[in-house]
Amino acid sequence: MTQQQALQEYVLRLADSAMILGQRLSELTGKAPAVEEELASMNVALDLVGQARNWYEYAAELIDDGRNADNLCFLRDAHDYRNLLLVEQPNEDYAVTIARQFFFDVWHYFTLKSLVNASDERIASIAAKAVKEATYHLRRSSEWVKRMGDGTEESHRRMQNAFDILWRFTGELITPDDVDNAMFKAGIGPDPEQLRQDWLGMVREVSAQATVTPGAEDAWMYMGGKRGEHTEHLGHILAVMQFLPRAYPDATTW
Amino acid sequence: MNEREPSSVDLLIASDRVPANANPELLTEEAIWALLENVKDPEVPAVSVVELGIIRRVDWDGEHLTVDVTPTYSGCPATELIEELIAEALRAAGIRHIKINQVLTPAWTTDWITEEGREKLRAFGIAPPQGSASKMSLLGVDEVIACPHCGSEHTERLSEFGSTACKALYRCLDCREPFDYFKCI
Repeated sequence: MTQQQALQEYVLRLADSAMILGQRLSELTGKAPAVEEELASMNVALDLVGQARNWYEYAAELIDDGRNADNLCFLRDAHDYRNLLLVEQPNEDYAVTIARQFFFDVWHYFTLKSLVNASDERIASIAAKAVKEATYHLRRSSEWVKRMGDGTEESHRRMQNAFDILWRFTGELITPDDVDNAMFKAGIGPDPEQLRQDWLGMVREVSAQATVTPGAEDAWMYMGGKRGEHTEHLGHILAVMQFLPRAYPDATTW
Repeated sequence: MNEREPSSVDLLIASDRVPANANPELLTEEAIWALLENVKDPEVPAVSVVELGIIRRVDWDGEHLTVDVTPTYSGCPATELIEELIAEALRAAGIRHIKINQVLTPAWTTDWITEEGREKLRAFGIAPPQGSASKMSLLGVDEVIACPHCGSEHTERLSEFGSTACKALYRCLDCREPFDYFKCI
């Protein structure tokens, strides 16, 4: 893999993970448990979709094969998507929605914080904008993990259940592959070992306050999202998300 | 669709158009800034884009005017509309060659909202951002937000997220009014 290919892959991963989580959160429109939480979910979704657009625009320039940001988002199939498996998991109950957000936010926050200093100027500037939003997201999701985990017997049971369900998708966040390693060597991506320690450290800290038990570090993990091997859920998300632009490819206004 | 004759409305719109300024260089950069003071944020019409701090640079290169604009949030849906409103205001002043440049770095911060902007937000019923954005801690406690209606500091946060990406929702425990808080980032 050339340096250029690794860079393209890396930017697509950032774009796809933000986009798919944004799409997942958008599914809560009209269905969130409280109006404030609906506003929050839509706000976070909006931030993520906006960040995804910034990443897609850069990815389109790097790939340079005539496709624009919209084409990358709406005209690639599941095996071309490079998002983390975690973000494509269904909303389930609100504890699962929040735990998914929390695991992602911790990863997102530390990743973006490092990318602010990337040797690639464009990445650094997109990250500088996004990290402020991710910080805000993390404050909210960690507060909810604590409130539900250390809440009633029922909310505690559900938050623990959410941790148990989602833990197997978290290994991918902190296990580097060739692309991650190449990006670190190029002075762009975060130090994989540092990211792993930061992620585990914060997850443990918040879990302790929330009185929930995270999974084992050596637990068996599902991997593959970063190379296009997805769970059964992604195809369904794309079917909903991509229907309109695929059905009406020439439409310029909706 | 049928072809149609231009209606009186079309003619009215056409006659509203200001002819291109033959001497765009007559408008100094200060004049451009003053002109942009009239362009309001479509989501918070109390403040102008200048007061909001999203205009970063105005620069003439011969007859070409470049305006650097920075979005408040990555996903702010008003970004494109704001750019269009800016271009429209400049065109109306007769400037023909306009480039609106979107810059992401340095990232916008609530610290860039001007003093006048903050006062106008308060008068509009939106609590302006308090303190410096850089001092916000990651998992820290909330600061005290004064009610923009009665000034009481006896308020509570209802939601970290409000009616737009840039606001949070609060309630005053004294005058009982809910209000938006322009949150610190």
